[in-house]
Amino acid sequence: MENNEGKESHSSTEVAAQDGLGLLDKDMSNGSQTSVKLALCDLWLGISQWRLWILLGWQDIRQRYRRSLLGPFWLTLSMAIMVGALSFLYGALFSLDLDDYLPFLCLGFIVWGLISGIVTDGCVVFIGSEAFIKQISLPLSVYVYRLIWRNLIIFGHNMVVFVVVACIFSIWPGWSGLLLLPGLILICATGGWVCLLLGLISARFRDVPQLVASFIQVAFFLTPIIWKPELLGDRFGIVDFNPFYHFVEIIRQPMLGNMPDNTSWLVTIGFTALGWILTFLIFSRFRGRIAYWV
Amino acid sequence: MASIHLRNVDVDFPLYSGASRSLKTSLLHLGSGGRIGRTVSDRMCVQALTKVSLQLKDGDRLGIIGPNGSGKTTLLRVLSSIYEPSAGQVFIEGSVASLFDVALGMDTEGTGYENITLRGMLLGLSRSEIEKKVHDIAEFTELGDYLSIPVRTYSSGMLLRLAFAVCTSVEPEILLMDEWIGVGDARFLEKARVRLDDFVHGSSILALASHSNDLIRQVCNKAVLMDKGSVSAFGEVKEIIEYYEQNY
Repeated sequence: MENNEGKESHSSTEVAAQDGLGLLDKDMSNGSQTSVKLALCDLWLGISQWRLWILLGWQDIRQRYRRSLLGPFWLTLSMAIMVGALSFLYGALFSLDLDDYLPFLCLGFIVWGLISGIVTDGCVVFIGSEAFIKQISLPLSVYVYRLIWRNLIIFGHNMVVFVVVACIFSIWPGWSGLLLLPGLILICATGGWVCLLLGLISARFRDVPQLVASFIQVAFFLTPIIWKPELLGDRFGIVDFNPFYHFVEIIRQPMLGNMPDNTSWLVTIGFTALGWILTFLIFSRFRGRIAYWV
Repeated sequence: MASIHLRNVDVDFPLYSGASRSLKTSLLHLGSGGRIGRTVSDRMCVQALTKVSLQLKDGDRLGIIGPNGSGKTTLLRVLSSIYEPSAGQVFIEGSVASLFDVALGMDTEGTGYENITLRGMLLGLSRSEIEKKVHDIAEFTELGDYLSIPVRTYSSGMLLRLAFAVCTSVEPEILLMDEWIGVGDARFLEKARVRLDDFVHGSSILALASHSNDLIRQVCNKAVLMDKGSVSAFGEVKEIIEYYEQNY
């Protein structure tokens, strides 16, 4: 039974009363306190079930590629083809030096894949897990962690392309390459609240996934991925207002052997912290409704 | 010690029309002070449970009966803390296992053994617990070497055997089941019956929703009759079923 404690403590939590709005509750301080506690519980118990979401995340990948010859390395191959083709096209269009442009483009694409994957999948994190949510009582955060883990696996496969590119152009990130880790942690931490928030809103308002999908497409072109920010000339500063740019930078720059700008660290850390505060408030308020909405 | 206590539990399902599910309409509603997007406020609710109170303690075997749409499944989902009630209180003590869909989460591309692990973890077992049980599960299913090939090649009966064997290998204090699990051919059915009996006896509290009154009579000692979302009768299984058969 010891190993079952995660489940046990979850079910023994008192599920407190909440009227539909939570506002009509007379003993309001008490009511909202419990909902905060339950939300924290959900997030924490979700983490403690890491074995489960790691397994489910792998299963998502395997299911997609089982019985194919290359398996998940199809991800790697299609990324390689994409980067190869585009770098020749855009390198010629912008008349850029391939030595410099191809690694830049490659990393940009890979990091963007991670970010956009988390955001677009995040919209359907609860809608897509409807069967699970309605059949067994797992912490809702498990579905979020599973999604982020799945996207990290994809990221890992795509990074193989960069390793090859780095070898060809003899790029060695050196010590700054270690910054990949904090960069990934920041992206995943932000991804966590983005999924939770978008997943919750999308469960209630079904046109949000469509909205987000078109937004993310526009964001791709507005973010310096296929174009270098230097191209903007003296209007260079406007990219600083694009949070996506900073999230790409905190991984792209270290891998190219440079230190990211301090602004990038500040923006990404601030984005993560503020986002979590906002999301936590919303999550603790509506967590109980998600099962009804999906 | 396991116990379940429901006090005046209400469950309301919001019915969102296409219009109120739309963010645009809702924002319009906010902006226009409620004149344009009036559809938003026309929210309908289905009362799936009204003022349900229930108390169960160790040794209780509750049969949940009632006509279609009377709230049996919703009640089970409240008991497994999937639905948080819109009003009232729920107190549950003890580990809960809910077997509503035995094949939930099965990966058809995975092998039988992989699925034992997967399904076991979904039921809250740890890897070491699963390793301990895997032999027993494999033996029970009688699937032999089939367990090493993808589940997609199984017949539906074989799949059900596997799911059944894994699900009945957990040892929860509170067991919730929606309809009895009917498994495989006649010979296997008897075997499954014995295992299921052991399984049910191992738990402290059982709640079972079923349309088979004979089954409820056999397995349960208490029964609750649901009607239109509220408890219409609660008590000894014999009396309740008699009442149900006469009145519905």
